[in-house]
Amino acid sequence: MHTLSSIETKKTQNIVMPSIPHIRIENLNVTIDGRHILKNINLDIPNNSITSIIGPSGCGKTTLLKTLNRLVDDAKGVEVNGSVLVNGEDIYGKDAEVTHIRKQMGLLSQKPFPLPMSIFDNVAYGPRIHGTRNKKVLNSIVELQLRNVGLWDEVKDRLHASATQLSIGQQQRLCLARGLAVEPEIILGDESTSALDPISTQTIENLLVELKDRYTIVLVTHILRQARRVSDYIVFVYNGEIVEFGKSEDILLNPQHELTQQYVKGFIA
Amino acid sequence: MASIKTRLRREKIAKIMMQLSGILITGSLFFIVGTILFKGFPYLTWEMISQVPQGGFYIGKEGGILNAIIGSLYLGLASTFLAALIGLPVAIYLNIYVKSGSFLARSSKLLFDVLFGVPSIVYGAIAFSIMIWMGIRASLLGGIITVTLLTIPIVVRTIDELLKTIPVDLKHVTQSLGATKWEVAKILLLHIKPGIFTALLLAFGRAIGDVAGVLLTAGFSDNIPKYLDEPAATLPLAIFFQLSSPIPEVQGRAYASALILTLIILIIVICTHYLASKQRKHKI
Ligand SMILES: Nc1ncnc2c1ncn2[C@@H]1O[C@H](COP(=O)(O)OP(=O)(O)OP(=O)(O)O)[C@@H](O)[C@H]1O
Ligand SMILES: [Mg+2]
Repeated sequence: MHTLSSIETKKTQNIVMPSIPHIRIENLNVTIDGRHILKNINLDIPNNSITSIIGPSGCGKTTLLKTLNRLVDDAKGVEVNGSVLVNGEDIYGKDAEVTHIRKQMGLLSQKPFPLPMSIFDNVAYGPRIHGTRNKKVLNSIVELQLRNVGLWDEVKDRLHASATQLSIGQQQRLCLARGLAVEPEIILGDESTSALDPISTQTIENLLVELKDRYTIVLVTHILRQARRVSDYIVFVYNGEIVEFGKSEDILLNPQHELTQQYVKGFIA
Repeated sequence: MASIKTRLRREKIAKIMMQLSGILITGSLFFIVGTILFKGFPYLTWEMISQVPQGGFYIGKEGGILNAIIGSLYLGLASTFLAALIGLPVAIYLNIYVKSGSFLARSSKLLFDVLFGVPSIVYGAIAFSIMIWMGIRASLLGGIITVTLLTIPIVVRTIDELLKTIPVDLKHVTQSLGATKWEVAKILLLHIKPGIFTALLLAFGRAIGDVAGVLLTAGFSDNIPKYLDEPAATLPLAIFFQLSSPIPEVQGRAYASALILTLIILIIVICTHYLASKQRKHKI
């Protein structure tokens, strides 16, 4: 249930002990129609930082991201083995409740997908389905989140206009606000800026950097420069396996593995 | 490689062929509508649309086709409503609750494709034999049930096609907000709302124009049905029965019925287009 104070105290609530990774992937294997897509993935994703997943097209970045909020097992023929621990709880465990797991993780997709309703209703959608009915509370959630993504001043006079009237860049910020309104702990982004112009891209990147104090952020990107600009940690995935994981500057400037070196230098597209 | 000259000639021939078929189609359409207007318009009087036939629909020269108009509207509206009530949930279930590509999804798609193609006389015959077995006579209810059965596949298939056009990411972002499948379904329905109107129009058009399904099950009557168990006249059957009469006035009722049927379809098409254009504002 939403209350105003719970949003404001987000900062303190959300901080997990630094020694415990927010997300821990253990021996994860994913097969789709019998094809081994992710191979024995082990990864600790630290909290309050941005971790970027990079790698050539088709290597399994999207699949890896979607295992984190269980959207991967939505398709037919997908088999997931291993475990993903979020705050120590296995989201693939027997008692795991998918709807609840997904609520903890905001997803920013490649293109903005506003819901077919007004700007206000888009942001209020999450709180509403989770039980917030009070108009005043909804109003302040919407304002808070639109301010969070720097959209409030641009849309405050047309909150009840259709969300599709906004520019693509504005729509993507709206989608971010909509995700934040359900108070997730984790933000997942799959090439979230690839449909945007440079200015909007920069806006989103800056937002994500601001948000990392309060959220654990995992991004998929194929733009190395973007990975350099925003990430604290980088995972390099090749052919379904994690080749290298480490601090951003280590991976980009001083990669240990030969494949990583080649990819960073641009030899593997 | 063909020379540029040959390629340009091919381009020209293709274009001419397309234009010819265009003219052929438009021409025959105008011919049909023209004939209906020409033959039907002189009979389209106030008496025609405000009275039931007097002295028997096959021989009586007086009266109109109100029985068929009302009967068709009852039948069309009721079956479309029922088909939407049953067909929408089926389409939603198949798209959201059943994993795409699974055995259930594929076999039910096949089933609805077959049902879609089954001629309505088959539905009529099956419904008729069930009605005989249950001791029900030809009636409005019998017609509604039969026509509903043959409209359900239309609704399921068209809504299914609509849902398939929705990018999977819209589904995923909605789920990522913690929405249940039912809540996702509501968002997707909202997304395809304009298309749903068109789908229901298609269904209504088929329902109101169907002859073979109602021939055995709804019967025909000079009167407007007051209860579901009374036989009901419909516009297509009014055309079918009265056109073969030697009496010009009776034939006139057939042409007037054809005209009214065409007008009803026209009105619905216009309404749907208008509604669709108003609803499109949220479209991605
Ligand atoms: N639903 C699916 N059915 C079959 N194969 C799939 C499915 N989803 C992904 N794959 C396969 O899994 C592999 C990894 O796909 P994924 O989308 O994760 O790659 P990616 O790294 O995100 O690529 P890109 O950079 O192009 O987005 C690919 O070989 C792809 O063909
Ligand atoms: Mg991808």
